[in-house]
Amino acid sequence: MLEKEGQVRIPAGCAISGFISRDGNRICGDKIVKSISYMHDRSNGLGGGFAGYGIYPEYKDQYAFHIFYDSNESRVETERFLDRHFDVVNLSRIPTKKHPRITNEPLIWRYFVTPLPTKLAASQLDEREFVAQCVININDRINGAYVFSSGKNMGVFKAVGYPEDVGEFYRLDEYAGYAWTAHGRYPTNTPGWWGGAHPFALLDYTIVHNGEISSYDANRRYIEMYGYKCNLLTDTEVITYIFDFLNRKQKLSFEDIAKIIAAPFWSEIDSGKFSESEKQKLKYFRNVFSSLLITGPFSIILGFDGGLMALNDRLKLRSMVAAEKDDMVYLASEECAIRAICPVVDRIWSPRGGEPIIVKLNEKK
Amino acid sequence: MALNYFQPLFDVIRDKDRCIKCQACARQCANEVHRYDGDLDKMISNSQQCVDCQRCVCICPTSALKIVDNPNKFRNNSNWSQQTMTEVYKQAETGGVLLSAMGNPKEYPVYWDKILLNASQVTNPPIDPLREPMETKVFLGKKPKDVTFNEDGSVNTETTPTLELSTPIMFSAMSYGSISRNAHESLARAATELGIFYNTGEGGLHKDFYQYGANTIVQVASGRFGVFKDYLETGAAIEIKMGQGAKPGIGGHLPGAKILEDVSRTRMIPMGTDAISPAPHHDIYSIEDLRQLVLSLKEATEYKKPVIVKIAAVHNVAAIASGIARSGADIIAIDGYRGGTGAAPTRIRDNVGIPIELALASVDQRLRDEGIRNEVSVVVAGSIRSSSDVVKAIALGADACYIGTAALLALGCHLCRSCQTGKCNWGIATQRPDLVKRLNPNIGYERLVNLVHAWDHEIKEMMGGMGINSVEALRGNRLMLRGIGLNEKELEILGIQHAGQ
Repeated sequence: MLEKEGQVRIPAGCAISGFISRDGNRICGDKIVKSISYMHDRSNGLGGGFAGYGIYPEYKDQYAFHIFYDSNESRVETERFLDRHFDVVNLSRIPTKKHPRITNEPLIWRYFVTPLPTKLAASQLDEREFVAQCVININDRINGAYVFSSGKNMGVFKAVGYPEDVGEFYRLDEYAGYAWTAHGRYPTNTPGWWGGAHPFALLDYTIVHNGEISSYDANRRYIEMYGYKCNLLTDTEVITYIFDFLNRKQKLSFEDIAKIIAAPFWSEIDSGKFSESEKQKLKYFRNVFSSLLITGPFSIILGFDGGLMALNDRLKLRSMVAAEKDDMVYLASEECAIRAICPVVDRIWSPRGGEPIIVKLNEKK
Repeated sequence: MALNYFQPLFDVIRDKDRCIKCQACARQCANEVHRYDGDLDKMISNSQQCVDCQRCVCICPTSALKIVDNPNKFRNNSNWSQQTMTEVYKQAETGGVLLSAMGNPKEYPVYWDKILLNASQVTNPPIDPLREPMETKVFLGKKPKDVTFNEDGSVNTETTPTLELSTPIMFSAMSYGSISRNAHESLARAATELGIFYNTGEGGLHKDFYQYGANTIVQVASGRFGVFKDYLETGAAIEIKMGQGAKPGIGGHLPGAKILEDVSRTRMIPMGTDAISPAPHHDIYSIEDLRQLVLSLKEATEYKKPVIVKIAAVHNVAAIASGIARSGADIIAIDGYRGGTGAAPTRIRDNVGIPIELALASVDQRLRDEGIRNEVSVVVAGSIRSSSDVVKAIALGADACYIGTAALLALGCHLCRSCQTGKCNWGIATQRPDLVKRLNPNIGYERLVNLVHAWDHEIKEMMGGMGINSVEALRGNRLMLRGIGLNEKELEILGIQHAGQ
């Protein structure tokens, strides 16, 4: 029998795409579906997904949990857990549309929640850590329940299927957000589990990733020291946790995180191109966070509250293209995915390996 | 004449057609196996004295010599081997403890040889080290728990002292006294040229070698030989030796015959006296005492040097390592039961301790389970024989490896395992000036540099094959390993899957 994701490590090749309106204009979800559909051949129908930011303005102060359930029992158990830890402001099934190529769907529910003040105070944790631990708890301990989205004013939608079909299934044309990312998966060996599709998310961090990292187990065994549980055994999962750890817990900027996970080579650090203080910092990162260096091919788009970041491995072993048009920034595995939704761009380029592109919403005037 | 219970272990075979009676063998053999009989005009061999060090074989200009196992056998017995029987004879005659040198040679499993490495195919490209940068630099030492920031918001890049290695290999502790001055000089100069470290062992540091201090680890062992202010301040790091893989639980004994003038001055003991290292440090009877010594040494050197604690791999090594990680030490060195020695009681060497592979795997996992793996670096020793052993050790979780025996082999050692006699024909494990001068440090250091360069190249090739271009991404990356011919329990302890999984 084929083993489920998490019982076995499954390498995958993929397509990714994303865009953001720096002015914060909300863009309909059908656009990202169109973009990723142009890279159909980079997926094989065994996983597709999306992340949208700014899609829940009416519940922007609540954490939006999207949860897959294998059965009603796991739902009941999870809801009991949620009631004990959170004030559930709203709950419902996530609206979907029957689709001939999307089958075997689990129960898919959405909850808008805020942590119970008494529980939060008793935990002595800050709010985001409390929420993150609850999510990790559910995923690790409740059989048949899987929280696949847990940030504020954002949401992940994913399934087994081609991404364009997944977009239709989730009726993404009914959502609008200032930033979107998408993923089409080409796993080499999987029975197809919905939780294993991407993006992978924790709080407002989402990752879509193309590649197969050779540092996986070094990264996993390091990050698991800090309370994370890599249950899925996927690259995307461990990369998300690395971002969460370095950004939320260690308070490092995204620019600095790029210098850790795609660190410049020593030959570059010692070449004299950096200032003395920058050199010291790079050396410090390579010493202190040596186990978070990610090797092997990857291109990733990280979504976070208020922005997107794109990054390639330091040898640039995976394709990635970026483009700008007015306040829009586009990122994709292939140029076609950008041209499909923005035929005329102001600028288009291939970011160098290890060179991050970080785009944030403009400050509100 | 009394009965001779001891048959020679080896036969010296001389091809009389090839031998030109140049007597080089006779001049070279400190064991006095060969001699020329002028009356008979004949080379004569006394194979009883032969230790199979291969010196005469290597020196013979006509390749006339061969040392082979003596085919004479006691009656076969699966329980009582010839060696076991001979040892009984020896003890019946002398009443003494059996002594041996170098690492445990018995037929225990070598786990390195039951672990296979991964390589990339299709989904992930291998990386060619001739075309792309391939990095083997490592830092040893404590990592800060959390990033801190300066007032201007920039990252505070200060760390506790670390060792920076160009490649994850260091030369293990071998004392001046147990090995020769020329061997020490070769190690010191090679470490300096390579950007790595060698280790003084417990014999102090010869004044002439203070110039290599930046690449020297100075050891503080239970005998405290040669330890004083300048010594501590000269080294790049200080190692507290709690135990040694070849002889866990016991001390050391360098016979007075080896304590000649220079050794005596370096060790700070009178000439001709035995140098006895007690089994325990007499100020360390538990982990809290170790903490005091760690901190005393740091205090004495103004917290400028990392402190290494070296222990032998024994049954509860994981718990011990966890205690050391909380003791203030920066680096833990673990020495496996195959580790070498200049002299150890045979029974101890062959029966005490555990394999370094299993010790390393359980220490690394235990420190991670407790969330304190970053408190210390882990260095392993006790039979790292090749670059693939290094790669496997790092993938299991080591930060770096110590090599001792391999380094001595580079200097000419042929593992005759007779170091305790002090008559090393290769000029390594001896203090006899006529023998020491056979090891030319100018050549010795070059051979060590060559060896480490060669291993570094091979490490890079193997890493590249796995699609890894920096050694830090290999560390603890057990997914790159598979076991072969191992049982469930062994796989569980090693934390790896079986080949085919």
